[in-house]
Amino acid sequence: MPDRNVEIELKLLIEAIYLKYSYDFRDYSGASLKRRVLLALKQLQCESISALQRKILYDPQAFMELLQYLTIPVSEMFRDPSYFRALREQVVPVLRTYPSLKIWIAGCSTGEEVYSMAILLKEEGLLERSIIYATDINPRSLEQARQGIYSIDHLRQYTANYQQAGGTQSFSDYYTAAYDSAIMDKSLKETVTFADHSLATDSVFSETHLISCRNVLIYFNKPLQDRAFGLFHESLCHRGFLGLGSKETVEFSGYAGYYEPFNKSERIFRKS
Amino acid sequence: MSSSAQAILQTRRQPPIEAVVIGASAGGLEALGIVLEGLPSGFRLPILVVQHVPANGPTHLAEIFGRRTRLLVKEADDKDQLRCGMLYFAAPGYHLLVESDRSLSLSQDDAVHFSRPSIDVLFESAADAWGPQVAGLLLTGANEDGAAGLEAIHRGGGLTVIQDPAEAAVPTMPRAALRRFAPDYILSLRDIHRLLRELE
Repeated sequence: MPDRNVEIELKLLIEAIYLKYSYDFRDYSGASLKRRVLLALKQLQCESISALQRKILYDPQAFMELLQYLTIPVSEMFRDPSYFRALREQVVPVLRTYPSLKIWIAGCSTGEEVYSMAILLKEEGLLERSIIYATDINPRSLEQARQGIYSIDHLRQYTANYQQAGGTQSFSDYYTAAYDSAIMDKSLKETVTFADHSLATDSVFSETHLISCRNVLIYFNKPLQDRAFGLFHESLCHRGFLGLGSKETVEFSGYAGYYEPFNKSERIFRKS
Repeated sequence: MSSSAQAILQTRRQPPIEAVVIGASAGGLEALGIVLEGLPSGFRLPILVVQHVPANGPTHLAEIFGRRTRLLVKEADDKDQLRCGMLYFAAPGYHLLVESDRSLSLSQDDAVHFSRPSIDVLFESAADAWGPQVAGLLLTGANEDGAAGLEAIHRGGGLTVIQDPAEAAVPTMPRAALRRFAPDYILSLRDIHRLLRELE
């Protein structure tokens, strides 16, 4: 059966990537990963997954290309505005009680959520006492996040999101438009540390008060999700907050008993 | 259903169908009603549905069909374990996929045929997960999503059913699939409903 061969080739590719480059996709959800690899096959003009495997083993540049398909960045500023509104109205009042704050955006991709969080903290007067850790496994995405330059095409959507999320200023205060780009205000990233970190292979690096990890865990299988929830639990301070994507929950995981729902519909949990 | 159709079903009994996947777009709400209403509450098979909907904002598919059918209905969550007799709707803005252990997973990868959720994505993963043990139904719709996915189910030996384009509210989607391959059945919605009862 040809499909069985595809399954075997896929497994071997993932193993090869791990052995050669230490990127661990072995516990990613199989169905999505397969789609992404098959899409990459077409774009990288390889006849088979085996051919792709040979190519990336001998050509690190080709692997970097493949990585872009395996970690497809999908993000926008203030995505799911009601989530950011809930952070502002319900979580910020608690965060305000800490003399200094550490916030972890896990799987920050190209940085849209990092700047959204920084803007929210700034408007609430908390940015100066905050450290934001923005982590991802894709170095290209991290570099884009660090630069904070976005296509002007999306600004209308971002502005609408910002307003719905309860923004108190004008979104245009936070960027400078130049040609077809918007450059985010430098002051927003002064307290941001961008870093390479893998939820699959790395350990906890700091205690944090709030972790936002949205639409990252849907790509993991259950054991890897549990690993991530374990890392978050270890990192969060007593009664710290965990924000997830709109269809993600800690409730089906091995860590269900370690978190309590804080805002159920916005998928914000609290370490219990 | 014609007697020859019955005969096909007889010869297909091995291996038994373990799940039903359904794709619908424009006109789908009404079509799904005819296909699903009247199925018994203890229906043996899990049913997974992608009905195209606008990406932002909640839909009320689960509530609507919770009222209109006797099945247990929910919007699919990431890592849901499939339950018999449960009707799952793909959530707006997310692709719905079936894993090899028959649990569900979600993704926010790019839209396919301008659709997320996409019928192709669900059907192709269902073909991988169940092979010959899945039934795929493609109903009314105005684009070509689902055609490639249903063909994948066909190639995997699964049971394939396309709504009769002559009856479909919008025939583009059934026709797109029919251009690619010959399904096991081309049926009216009423007959698709009867077929589901046969699969029990």
